[in-house]
Amino acid sequence: MTDTRRQSPSGLRAVTGRIGSIAGHHQSLTILVGLALVGALLPLISAVPPFSGFGTQKDWVGGFADAGVFVLLAVGLNVVVGFAGLLDLGYAAFFAIGAYTYAYGASTFTGLQTPFWIMLVAGAVVAAVFGITLGAPTLRLRGDYLAIVTLGFGEIVPVVALNADTYTRGTNGIVGLAQPNAYGLFGITSFPITNPWPWYITVLGIIAIAFMILYRLEDSRLGRAWVAIREDELAAASMGINTISTKLLAFAIGASTSGLGGVFYAAKLGVVDPTQFHFDVSFTVLAMVVLGGMGNIWGVAVGAFVIFEIQHQGLKQLGAFIQSLNVPVFQVPVLGSVDLGGINFLKFQFLLYGLALVAMMLLRPEGLFPSRQRRHELHEVAEESEEAAEDTSEAVKGA
Amino acid sequence: MTDNAKPPILVAKGVSKHFGGLVAVNSVDFDVPQGKIVSLIGPNGAGKTTFFNIIAGLYEPTHGSVSFTGVEMIARGRRSWAEPLAWVVPPLIIALIGLIVATAASSTALAAVTILVSLILLISAFLLAIARPPFYLRLLTRLGIFRSARPNDMVVAGLGRTFQNIRLFKTMTARDNVMVGMHSRMRSTPVDAVLRSRRHYREEKDADAKARRWLAFVGLAGKENEVARNLAYGDQRRLEIARALASEPKLLLLDEPTAGMNPSETAEMTTLFGRIRTELGLTILLIEHDMRVVMGVSDRVTVLDHGEKIAEGTSQEVRANPRVIEAYLGKAARA
Repeated sequence: MTDTRRQSPSGLRAVTGRIGSIAGHHQSLTILVGLALVGALLPLISAVPPFSGFGTQKDWVGGFADAGVFVLLAVGLNVVVGFAGLLDLGYAAFFAIGAYTYAYGASTFTGLQTPFWIMLVAGAVVAAVFGITLGAPTLRLRGDYLAIVTLGFGEIVPVVALNADTYTRGTNGIVGLAQPNAYGLFGITSFPITNPWPWYITVLGIIAIAFMILYRLEDSRLGRAWVAIREDELAAASMGINTISTKLLAFAIGASTSGLGGVFYAAKLGVVDPTQFHFDVSFTVLAMVVLGGMGNIWGVAVGAFVIFEIQHQGLKQLGAFIQSLNVPVFQVPVLGSVDLGGINFLKFQFLLYGLALVAMMLLRPEGLFPSRQRRHELHEVAEESEEAAEDTSEAVKGA
Repeated sequence: MTDNAKPPILVAKGVSKHFGGLVAVNSVDFDVPQGKIVSLIGPNGAGKTTFFNIIAGLYEPTHGSVSFTGVEMIARGRRSWAEPLAWVVPPLIIALIGLIVATAASSTALAAVTILVSLILLISAFLLAIARPPFYLRLLTRLGIFRSARPNDMVVAGLGRTFQNIRLFKTMTARDNVMVGMHSRMRSTPVDAVLRSRRHYREEKDADAKARRWLAFVGLAGKENEVARNLAYGDQRRLEIARALASEPKLLLLDEPTAGMNPSETAEMTTLFGRIRTELGLTILLIEHDMRVVMGVSDRVTVLDHGEKIAEGTSQEVRANPRVIEAYLGKAARA
């Protein structure tokens, strides 16, 4: 049925279908063009009226560079949760490991001055090793149990960073991290703190590379094995998939993407301290993956971007916006006087967040931009189970 | 007659499986001759599926062993404790010696290098233990370490299976399901996938063509892009067989492949079994409790009851065996 619909598309759909098929055949090109377009268009937002009042273009671009870090985290977690179906609640640990790797490799703390670009690779490798280290003891676990163990790992890393102060300077964190050096390319030597543009372009580049790698992995023998394990681990093993190495690869690749994010984030901030890697990071990234649409790389990236911007711009501006409406303080029986302008929405960040998650899970459980497979999984369950019930009742009658 | 000269493809010797106090399978001797269709039957709860799962590498037997294509694959592990030891001890020794020397020479650099080297050794040994390349397995055999085969090892050795309650990858297309079946026969690595090497392209193209052929073989041509869960019940059973065939097995294990089918579907299914044997030259081990299916197609029938083998022979012999009648219909039926 779907085939006949596809064969007779009308006007606009023919064009989008054409673009879709080109995109399907030239994934890497699509990623490059898509990210270049997005990268070029996003900074223009600072000229559009409601947003132009929120900050200068530099503020916006700096914010986008930070959002890029979370996009990286989300697409990395998507490998573990979305592709392989392993619920990881301690993902911030790998982010922390990437960041601390950079702190050890390029700061006055250790006295080493390894170039940022080398540290990017090193951060990814170190995070991958820790990904395997965490993955190994959890291989026998599934679902809830796996989530609890990863939760524990996610807590261990910042707590160690907090208390091993000889090696991490505890709460003070490691400061004086080196800035990346572009070696005179585009007239930039050391990345300036005041100018967010080099950071923005760098993170776009990292995201582009991560996207290409992940898309290629998804569409390969390994990607199929991940989905097979997500669908039915026992059947996957009985089809010849080494579930141990396949799951460990998911952990390693997810962690290494997060390590990239960690290195970039540490370099941009110039400081690492344990408070940056608490559970709320793991939780936020997981929410990004779920809201964006598990299993769909672009969807997850958009989810990450949207949530990050709502958190860091939206809520702040919402308060200012309501203040500017000058709603008079009014009296409500029981509650007393209510001053809408005085609400600090940032304080209610997690409340609003929770509400959004609940609403999302009720209305669109597959996320904003679901992968085709997830949509099948969540929307045909009702019909399918009815059919299955009929089948078995027939079978019983037949027997 | 030449078949008798060939060694059996699968030999099970004294296989038992205990679940706590329950003896699900009790010292069963069983073999599957090459190129035949052999059936394992028995009333519900006779231990058929448990026995099947032992052969497929899902359970480790309590006693006994299973050899496949002449190689012992499944038995209780021997010296299996030595395997983790073998990859933990050497790095530890290196670390220890290195640290002692470093302390004696009071050199921090040496200490750091030792720790790094032993960590790298530890990680690579661990990765070897996971990936289990052939040379690693040979080394284990030399050391007298035996580990019972896991399901994926059995698939690599040439055993394909289906499940009693269909276990397809439901959200994947029929084609992708079959391509997962080929996993163990494909060689391209994640690096190939990332670099889109020639090997990756060639293998993916081959796999796609093969998947279409397998789907056509079981009668699912034209349904390549259907999502597995949307297929009709009978088609799902066929897809499971196509997926198992895609792993290029020598022996195909079918666990109640006609369960829940009507007589005409069952007949089509039995024809398919015949084609698998004659056209592909595979050996089939069939589990059924529907006697009609078994009697029509099998070269030999083995009957299990309460975990024990109670009869073995051609369908005619088995059907006439009083113990079989008793097991199926109760003592009164004999009289």
